[in-house]
Amino acid sequence: MSTVANTVGSERAARRRLRPVRAGHGFVAAYVVLLIAFGVVPTVYAIYFAFTNAGNTFSGLSNFTDAADDFRFLPAVEHVGLYLVFWLASLVVFVVGLALLLHRLAARGVSRALRFLYYVPGALAGAASVMVWLFMLDPTVSPVGFLLRALGFSTFNDVVAPGNLPVLFTLMAFWTGAGGWIVVMYGALNNIPTEVLEAARIDGANAWQTARRIQIPLLRKWIVYMVILAFAGGTQLFVEPQLLSQASVGVAGRDYSLNQLSYDFAFQTNNVNAAAAISVELLLVGLIVATVFVARSGFFDAD
Amino acid sequence: MPTDFRRSRRTGRDPLAAVVLLLFVVFFVLPVLWLLLAATKTDDQLVHTNPLSFGSWHALRGNWDALTGYQGDTIFLWLRNSAVYAFIALAITLVVAVPAGYALALTDFPGRHTLLIATLVVMLMPSATLVVPLFLEMNAVHLIGSMWSVILPYAFYPFGVYLAYIYFSTAIPRSLLEAARLDGCSEFGTFRRIALPLATPVVALVGFFSFVANWTNYFLPYVLLPQSNQFPVQVGLGTLLDDVPQFNPTVGSLAVERPELALATLLAITPVLVVFLFSQRFLVAGMLAGATKD
Repeated sequence: MSTVANTVGSERAARRRLRPVRAGHGFVAAYVVLLIAFGVVPTVYAIYFAFTNAGNTFSGLSNFTDAADDFRFLPAVEHVGLYLVFWLASLVVFVVGLALLLHRLAARGVSRALRFLYYVPGALAGAASVMVWLFMLDPTVSPVGFLLRALGFSTFNDVVAPGNLPVLFTLMAFWTGAGGWIVVMYGALNNIPTEVLEAARIDGANAWQTARRIQIPLLRKWIVYMVILAFAGGTQLFVEPQLLSQASVGVAGRDYSLNQLSYDFAFQTNNVNAAAAISVELLLVGLIVATVFVARSGFFDAD
Repeated sequence: MPTDFRRSRRTGRDPLAAVVLLLFVVFFVLPVLWLLLAATKTDDQLVHTNPLSFGSWHALRGNWDALTGYQGDTIFLWLRNSAVYAFIALAITLVVAVPAGYALALTDFPGRHTLLIATLVVMLMPSATLVVPLFLEMNAVHLIGSMWSVILPYAFYPFGVYLAYIYFSTAIPRSLLEAARLDGCSEFGTFRRIALPLATPVVALVGFFSFVANWTNYFLPYVLLPQSNQFPVQVGLGTLLDDVPQFNPTVGSLAVERPELALATLLAITPVLVVFLFSQRFLVAGMLAGATKD
């Protein structure tokens, strides 16, 4: 009896070990199909186009040099770089600063309400925020027209002068994106054990010392996470300059970013190979940033 | 002691902090407030009255009629398109991501670890990187102009899979599944009877982020859907913008007045705003997803 029971038991155990294998595949099959169709295939396709010419023959790096030799390429790299500096600096300083201030508020309800208000513009992500900012930046209709005039801008075209664009795109991105990060930083601050902060207080640390010596160091990995994601997203700048160039009849923001240039190559000059070359470069930046982060940060415990 | 802490760490008020926090309230809220009020004004009132004053119901009505009259109800068509794309993609995302997250968290199969790493990497890459490559791919399979050319890429949502993975690996102990299997439940039965009934929070969470991402996407539909009658409302706003004489002096008789554009922007954001108001809990949980595995 016992041997029979044992055999049945071990058979069952064997099936149990096997079954999840097949079933696991069944559960992820649809996802894998999408991952291949809309993640892997377009990437391979872009690489193929980037290294071939219009006649579908291998063309080495010529598409990359074509794109890089375009008179708009280096300025676009510069624009995106400058925008990233402003965007990342403003995120680090203000998001961390505001999260720390919110965390010190004794009134929990007020703190929660403020976090929500800061988050609301996130609903206007994309084209909607650009529409709003076109108005905010037009001295004739803006609620802060007095401020714009005080800064010496009397018309919309004064405001969108080329030198101002990195700051303007930073304003738009910060307005829609910062609230979400403030929520994240606040949550991370809440994860710091109160005993640690209590100990600091007993040792006589003031708010500034506590923030600088304890809270900010413990937030470090979240700040890195934010900077990495904002950097990767920032290199993709498209909708803001694209709509701004529409709104200023091509005066400001035309061919401003690398994605716009790639778009132009593909749809204005029909040079899909050069467009693909720029896409591959941007893909590579995104891929390297993401891979290094997943591998090195220890942020995602992917067992 | 921890309970006393919140009170004790604050010694007196800090006026500077209050000023900074309030200044940022103004920065974040003022443009939204202005947008709400702008829709109630005529273009003339927009320029000549206090920017933060209410216009009139009459003017709002006029803007509404002018906007809906634009190319004969096009604004409703755009809103409908947005809804169709966002909801179909959302449905596919849920059907795909919830089982995938479950399998990654609670079953073993060859390739599981690779798939998980691939998901993390793709999730961290900005979706815009793939827009031009997707165009090339869709062009090759003659799907340009089909609504599936945006819906299917939207439906591929690795962040949703990651959220489901995090949720299932923390919310359901493996021992519970083991017990179900011992009782003779098939793998699919285990998923359906144990995991699915517990999945409501993660369905809401994935649904929230997927909907917002799809609804606010501009670049992908802008590139893949060339026809105006297929635009989602985000791309439609760009078309309206082209017909506003203050921004494009070459506009002829089609002219769209600025308050109409403000009203259209309001209509475009309303669904997301409503979702925000009702799901604050979800978004906090979702944005902190990375922390739960600390």
